Amino acid sequence: MTALLQVEDLKVAYGKIEAVKGISFSVEAGQIVTLIGTNGAGKTTTLRTLSGLLKPSGGKIFFDGQPLNGVPAHKIVSMGLAHSPEGRRIFPRLTIAENLQLGAFLRRDPAGIERDIQRAYELFPILGERRRQAAGTLSGGEQQMLAMGRALMSQPKLLMLDEPSMGLSPIMMQRIVETIGELKAQGTTILLVEQNAQAALSLADEGHVMEIGKIVLSGSGQDLLHDESVRKAYLGED
Amino acid sequence: MQDLPEQLANGLVLGAMYGLIAIGYTMVYGIVQLINFAHGEIFMIGGFGALTAWLILPDGTALMVALPVMILMAVACSVLVGVGAERFAYRPLRGGPRLAPLITAIGLSIALQQAIWAFYPDAKKDLTFPQFAGGPVEIGSLLLQRGEIFLLIAAPLCMIALALFVSKTRTGRAMQATSQDPDTAKLMGINTDRIIVTAFAIGAAFAAIAAVAHGLKFGQIGFRMGFIAGLKAFTAAVLGGIGNIYGAMIGGLVLGFAEALATAYIEFVPGMSQFGGGAWKDVWAFALLILVLLFRPQGLLGERVSDRA
Repeated sequence: MTALLQVEDLKVAYGKIEAVKGISFSVEAGQIVTLIGTNGAGKTTTLRTLSGLLKPSGGKIFFDGQPLNGVPAHKIVSMGLAHSPEGRRIFPRLTIAENLQLGAFLRRDPAGIERDIQRAYELFPILGERRRQAAGTLSGGEQQMLAMGRALMSQPKLLMLDEPSMGLSPIMMQRIVETIGELKAQGTTILLVEQNAQAALSLADEGHVMEIGKIVLSGSGQDLLHDESVRKAYLGED
Repeated sequence: MQDLPEQLANGLVLGAMYGLIAIGYTMVYGIVQLINFAHGEIFMIGGFGALTAWLILPDGTALMVALPVMILMAVACSVLVGVGAERFAYRPLRGGPRLAPLITAIGLSIALQQAIWAFYPDAKKDLTFPQFAGGPVEIGSLLLQRGEIFLLIAAPLCMIALALFVSKTRTGRAMQATSQDPDTAKLMGINTDRIIVTAFAIGAAFAAIAAVAHGLKFGQIGFRMGFIAGLKAFTAAVLGGIGNIYGAMIGGLVLGFAEALATAYIEFVPGMSQFGGGAWKDVWAFALLILVLLFRPQGLLGERVSDRA
């Protein structure tokens, strides 16, 4: 079986500065794959390129058997690739319910959309309680829940989460990590970008460590979690 | 102050017209952060479209019968120019330095004026616009010109339609999303290019309707009519809080009332007697703009720039 997402020698440049310098990895259906690394390693750039917001300067991307190079962002969603962006990026002046509906923008099945909104409220009860409230009034953690719920509304084959734990309290972070685990148990395929390497690796089937635009180390989540150099560099141990 | 109701009506009519034109500035700004300084000319082109329709229709056609055709033609011309400007002048510059589209807008504004001046028959002087037969209509103690009544019906209808469109339809919601966060809107599957075109088209259509009203009220149109009208409408958009469609309408009304009342009454303010009359009306409009920018730079309904995190 071919992988759901196949990235081959991907390069992305901002002007003359190459932020991603030829990386290759793949994601199989049902897996959680994580990209970890410090700020500026090129993780967010990679995700933004996969979802079509940035154009690659080299390499190939295949999703579900189809090439993604040159496909505009709004078409990539319809192929089943959803992206919950860094910094959550909820629509602050729309309500929670409207944000969720926008996640299902391309779907034409009102009954199914309504059912999935209810499912999002079950997954994140706080969203249901505040459904008529402007999304900008939510706390950071609640906004993260909304961003994840919104991304799920497109019924993606692959969910890309960029820094879901960023800026959250430890309790809220724990809650988000549990949710990612629940999503995996339900069979959702996830590409996770995180600075919190401990949390990301313990969830992931496979992990890749990125440093200044390159993948420097790959392995199973457990292997990386116990790798000496990873522990030193990313898990804050001497 | 015996003619106060008269002045209020005058302000209302002016304000509704400024507001209708202001929608175009504010919608485009709200979505692409561009001040489309050619919008005044898109308004002007609508006036010429309406006049052309009137001239093509057989002599003796009643204005009431011709009006729908004139409106359609005005809207068609303005939308064509507005959407064309977006596609061929602004879109290639998107993502470039902010100054580039702004300069392009000013250039386009001059080019459109000169194109009408050079190529529309007799447009080197002001052209007569058809008028409703019959005198003003009395409503209560108010005397309203028939052309003004058109505007007082059309403006609220346009606003209600726009408000429903933005809040209730799928495209309207996509428009709100695009204005709040264009990149994330793309991630939802929204074709933001199409949303931008829609914003230009709606703004142009409203400007065209305002142009028909302008012709009916003043009885003539000219290639320069878009300059001051556009500047006033831009003022209205900023007054109301640029980017906010309700703000544009309210800004228009505030500006219209301020202009009408100041023109009529400021000469009675002690020490201001030399400032009375129509020659000063633009001064009051722009003085109001300066005051708002000083004390409430985000405009009456504008929000403080925030919550992008």
